Amino acid sequence: MAIDTFLQQVVSGLATGGIYASLALALVMIYQATEIVNFAQGEMAMFSTYVAWSMLNAGVPYWAAFLGTLVLAFLGGFLIERVIVRPVEGKPVLTLVIVCIGLLVILNSLAGWIYSYVIQPFPSPFPRAPIRVGTVVFGPHDLGVIVVTLAMLGLLYAFFRYTTLGLAMRAAAQNPGSSRLCGIRVGRMLGLGWGLAALVGAVAGLLVAPVIFLEPNMMGGILIYAFAAATLGGITSPFGAVVGGFLVGVIENLAGTYIPFIGTELKLTVALLIIVVVLLVRPTGLFGHAVVRRV
Amino acid sequence: MPRGRAVGLGALLLLVLLMPFALSGFRLFQFTQVCVYAMVLLGLNLLTGYNGQISLGHGAFYALGAYTAAIMIDRWSVPYGWTIPAAGAACFLVGFLFGIPALRLEGLHLALATFALALAVPQILKYFDGWTGGSQGIVLSKPRAPLGIPLSPDQWLYYLALVVLLVLFVLTWNLLRSRPGRAIVAIRDNPIAARAMGIDAALYKSLTFGVSAGYTGVAGALGGLAVAFVAPDSFNVFLSITFLVGIVIGGLASVPGAIFGALFIQFVPNYAQEISKAAPWAIYGVFLIAFMYVMPDGVAGFLRRLAHRAGDQARPVRPAASTTPKGGQHAHT
Amino acid sequence: MAAILEVEDLHVAYGATRVLHGLGFTVEARGITTILGANGAGKTTTLRAVSGIVRPVGTVRFDGRRIDGRPSEDIARLGIAHVPEGRGTFVGFTVEENLRLGAYVRRDRAAVGQDLDRVYAHFPVLGERRRQAAGTLSGGEQQMLALARALMLRPRLLLLDEPSLGLAPLVVQEIFRIVRTINERDGVSVLLVEQNAALALGLADHAYLLETGRVVLAGPADEIRRNDAVRRAYLGY
Repeated sequence: MAIDTFLQQVVSGLATGGIYASLALALVMIYQATEIVNFAQGEMAMFSTYVAWSMLNAGVPYWAAFLGTLVLAFLGGFLIERVIVRPVEGKPVLTLVIVCIGLLVILNSLAGWIYSYVIQPFPSPFPRAPIRVGTVVFGPHDLGVIVVTLAMLGLLYAFFRYTTLGLAMRAAAQNPGSSRLCGIRVGRMLGLGWGLAALVGAVAGLLVAPVIFLEPNMMGGILIYAFAAATLGGITSPFGAVVGGFLVGVIENLAGTYIPFIGTELKLTVALLIIVVVLLVRPTGLFGHAVVRRV
Repeated sequence: MPRGRAVGLGALLLLVLLMPFALSGFRLFQFTQVCVYAMVLLGLNLLTGYNGQISLGHGAFYALGAYTAAIMIDRWSVPYGWTIPAAGAACFLVGFLFGIPALRLEGLHLALATFALALAVPQILKYFDGWTGGSQGIVLSKPRAPLGIPLSPDQWLYYLALVVLLVLFVLTWNLLRSRPGRAIVAIRDNPIAARAMGIDAALYKSLTFGVSAGYTGVAGALGGLAVAFVAPDSFNVFLSITFLVGIVIGGLASVPGAIFGALFIQFVPNYAQEISKAAPWAIYGVFLIAFMYVMPDGVAGFLRRLAHRAGDQARPVRPAASTTPKGGQHAHT
Repeated sequence: MAAILEVEDLHVAYGATRVLHGLGFTVEARGITTILGANGAGKTTTLRAVSGIVRPVGTVRFDGRRIDGRPSEDIARLGIAHVPEGRGTFVGFTVEENLRLGAYVRRDRAAVGQDLDRVYAHFPVLGERRRQAAGTLSGGEQQMLALARALMLRPRLLLLDEPSLGLAPLVVQEIFRIVRTINERDGVSVLLVEQNAALALGLADHAYLLETGRVVLAGPADEIRRNDAVRRAYLGY
């Protein structure tokens, strides 16, 4: 039935949307704190997923490997910020962009070297049996992705909104000078921010790998969709990034299903179209705000 | 100009002019590519370094230039000499038109828009396969030296690229010293003040986009001739990113920076491959990061600072476009 | 009385521009010292050098220990609270979040709660607006918020940068009254930078006069107030 297909595609879209939302959130978090777009976010997520894969191959049970990967990703992100990004903090934006690009190619190349470019399957922790709701059939992985993503986003929100550390991190991002005057170690907060972003990215990688298979270039297309999501939601708004991510996922899926000439080939075009349309019509996105400059 | 420097430049000039007779075909081709890339970087630097508009999409104009030349030669049998200015003109027009909606976009948004453009290029080229030959591309033959001059095609192409590069250099130098040139820089430094002074920022920004695209189109045409082949996959997003790398490494807001940048993007990937066959791009990435640590304002910026310290005859310092992000400890603005 | 802050031979340059040329002054423990001078004399830079926002060349001693060259977050943790020029409010955050950020480094939870109450007692208007976004406050309210936030640190030394700037006279009086109370009752030493010499000299014990990065006059506030040159140039009579 038509409505069944529609619902299935929406849920499926929300699942991919959850992935986009996570990666977009990671991008926005770093952008808010340091005003740089971390082009290496996708590769960091990919590399984390490979680390999980190594653990799984060594016999570690899935959820232990999942948590272990999150911890390692957090540490990795923290170290990358403190060791690699810090020497160029305060330098012009484009200098930082080049450093991120450098990081991107290093991670991609290392993954290919250590793990080869052979496409690998990656397990999903969710049961195989399709889930029936009335006449509609949903994939368990899709539903699992939605649940995990929402749980993670909820925890993050609670952390930033209700804890002192979260408050300090937000303050350090918005006003580093005043934060320092309050004794907040801004550098350390930046490191924590990158750590969290890397952790969020790792979750995205772990959840998407079962669907698109594990290989060093797997996050390239996803990163572009994350950019589309962040653009749609507004690069200054974490909430926007999340909403944007889910919207982009659903739009992509529905466009793929209902518009005939958008097969898998042209799917990337949907992301590009979203970016272009948003920038033409409303550059600050749905929830972003324009930076007001005082003269 | 102090004597030492004049002698040094003279020697360099001689080297550059005599190079084609000492080098093999492939090495010479690489230096021709350096000239071609330097043209792109000149143009991109004009837009990003001097005018403050970030473009991650110049690969698109390069592709447009290359394909304009290729289609004119392949389909309409136009002599290659005319295709170069034609490519430049076509790209100028497209760049100028693109610059108009781009006016509403600042910094990151503009970068995203141009990024989207760069991503779309291979797909667009494959889609219009009636014109572009689709994924197969178009094969060209290398142009021969005219009037029976005793140069091999590789040598002739090198000198042609060199001359065009010199012309563009001179044009850029003059432009930057002129009133429009100062207007362009003023728009970068303080767009509101510039407008308050009566500078038509919108017109200048679009024109700069057009000129920048035009340079890149000329480069694309010459690049296509040098390779003797154009195909969609050679013009992917990585090309645009490489150009950005080139201007930052070379030095933003620096005319000689174009040469340093071009040398870097042409030779360092090869060098990285020699160091490590297994993970050459990892080495390249390390080079990128190391360069940014040691020379955050590019090779040109680094040399400028050395020159100042040595108490050399100081040229007026043109600082690079800097939107200093918030991480800095001692920022006092 | 011992000095809580001693500054000797302070030089600060912004890039190639020298702003302070061998400045020296002290702040007595539990005292109020003011630095006066016209625009561009280097007063704000002096405070920034003390709190570590800019890196000074010279000696800055807090309680006998050198703090020059240390990052500003460390200096804040030692007990120096700087209310900067422009106030530095966290505009996207509520009044109460701003205050909590001021107390970020403190471990004594219960005392922080007490200080919050005390601050709301000093500044009732902040108490009324505690859930409001700080950016929506008026200029005077933001100045109070900036001062309150500094107090949440329970500082031993308070650095105030032109608190009267752009504020209505009644508001300024109120702020100065509160500063005096804090100094007398809690023993917080104050280093006050002001263009409004009359106000500052009314509050301070000691005064320094700065001209283009150098101290040209120093002494007890009363003496400075009676000095002819100062009267003519800065007090207008």
